[in-house]
Amino acid sequence: MLELRNATVTFAAPGGPLVRAVDGVSLTIPSGQFVVVIGTNGSGKSTLLGSIAGTVRLDGGSIHLTGHDITRWREDQRARLIGRVFQDPRAGTAASLTVLENIGVAACRGRRAGLSWATSSSLRAEAARRLGAIVPGLETRLDQPIGSLSGGQRQIVTLVMATWHRPDLLLLDEHTAALDPAAADRVVQATARLVREQKLTALMVTHSLAQAASLGDRLLLVHRGRIALDVHGAAKRRLSPDDLAFRFARLRSSDQLDEAAARSLSELYI
Amino acid sequence: MITLLSTWTFGVALGFVALGVFVSFKLFSFPDITTDGSFTLGAVVATVLLVAGVDPVLATLAGMAAGAVAGSFTGMLHAILGIEPLLSGILMTTALASINLVVLGRSNVPLSGVKTLFDRAEFALLPSARLLGFDEVTAGEAARLGFMLLAAGGAVLMLYLFFRTRLGTAMRAGGDTPTMARALGRNTGGLTVAGLAIANSLTALSGAVVAQYQGFADVQMGIGMVVWGMASVYLGAALVGQVRLGGALLATLAGSVTFRLLVAAALRAGLDPDWLKFTTAVVVLTALVAPRLLVRRHQASAAR
Repeated sequence: MLELRNATVTFAAPGGPLVRAVDGVSLTIPSGQFVVVIGTNGSGKSTLLGSIAGTVRLDGGSIHLTGHDITRWREDQRARLIGRVFQDPRAGTAASLTVLENIGVAACRGRRAGLSWATSSSLRAEAARRLGAIVPGLETRLDQPIGSLSGGQRQIVTLVMATWHRPDLLLLDEHTAALDPAAADRVVQATARLVREQKLTALMVTHSLAQAASLGDRLLLVHRGRIALDVHGAAKRRLSPDDLAFRFARLRSSDQLDEAAARSLSELYI
Repeated sequence: MITLLSTWTFGVALGFVALGVFVSFKLFSFPDITTDGSFTLGAVVATVLLVAGVDPVLATLAGMAAGAVAGSFTGMLHAILGIEPLLSGILMTTALASINLVVLGRSNVPLSGVKTLFDRAEFALLPSARLLGFDEVTAGEAARLGFMLLAAGGAVLMLYLFFRTRLGTAMRAGGDTPTMARALGRNTGGLTVAGLAIANSLTALSGAVVAQYQGFADVQMGIGMVVWGMASVYLGAALVGQVRLGGALLATLAGSVTFRLLVAAALRAGLDPDWLKFTTAVVVLTALVAPRLLVRRHQASAAR
């Protein structure tokens, strides 16, 4: 279970006013829930994800994950509990290492590195099995530098790496945004499958309406550092693009959403 | 013949600098100026201990350890205090200039009448050199070269094996893509400190060996070493093209020897020593640019 209590992140723009990128967010995500996060650029959704991953420090509130207060943990310490996939395929894998060596590093997540071999025949067999199950043929490329793979293939390897040991939380930061539609589709399917198989708790930021509507058990709309919309249960399962447009309009009319944000949300997601 | 042999020996001895720069610059993308200071540090520490009567092996290892400490300080300046790589190295090498002078006591100390690593090596390897057909004049130098080749081969093998362990692979990953390494639980700051410690211990080893080979330590002897190392790394890469870790390590060593041979040939052909550094810069530039031009031409002809 992930729990944010009154989480706050403040940025000082150079020469400008203080900006509350995350403004007192309290949020509980039960174990096994797959949460989709949407919002316009600058809404604070990436900062929210960053504050959970540990790349951004909270200046108020706390974060608890499976019984640990991780508020003061460094990014690399949080990686013991958290698996991550980035928007840029180059950020999640080391290009000059082979596919298998990358997986070898992932296999040490949350463990001491030590002086035993990074790659072994058992790791190779397990990597071939897991990759081949998602993208047939990918298991033949274990000894190639991962930089020679396409962006979509790299994201799938990154997904497999992030979930090599079941993480308590999987963070997906627009991990299909840099891909062409066909590759994005394959990565989404692989994501849905891994989340289902390992019963993962996951938080996924997306700019795709199709993903927002079809994936996950819960939808969060982040606006001005707050959660403006929280749809879950049966309502989330029934959610269609029309519903989403209606909900945006209602937020707009009750002044919880400003004009520009409403317009850009409609352009992005509808 | 003997000049050729000693050129080789010197090239291999400086090859440790090249290996160090390979670790800091190629694996960690850290342009580590500390190299200039830690080369001298290794030389002066080993020299002072040798003069005091310490065993050559221990003196050399102590020089290496001093280099490792210097490298880890540079790493900490960067990882803990957030100082840029280039500036961290400059600060450290500036500080080392004083430390080296204080350790050595004066600017130049000869190793006359002191037993060095090379005396030992000559004693051990002379019979083998004679067996290989070297005569009275050249056998000693051949033994010294043989010793350097064995040591460098051992260093390459150890680096290769280390960088294939979990820790070594995590270090390569952290140097290549820090975001990835952190997301997988590795403390990239700590890995950088360890990487620079390894790199500068190799550089200091080179300094210690060179001092014993030439028979003196000088506080100026490290100047330009980082450029030497980079030149060797790029020359080696230009010689072999795209290769894996093991190949790249061997190529770096080969780059150092090739570079030394080029320098010797240029001086022999009548190059004014004043122009040596200029020529070095041109050679590095060529080694950097030539492979790219060749690739481009290859692609152009393939496209046609």
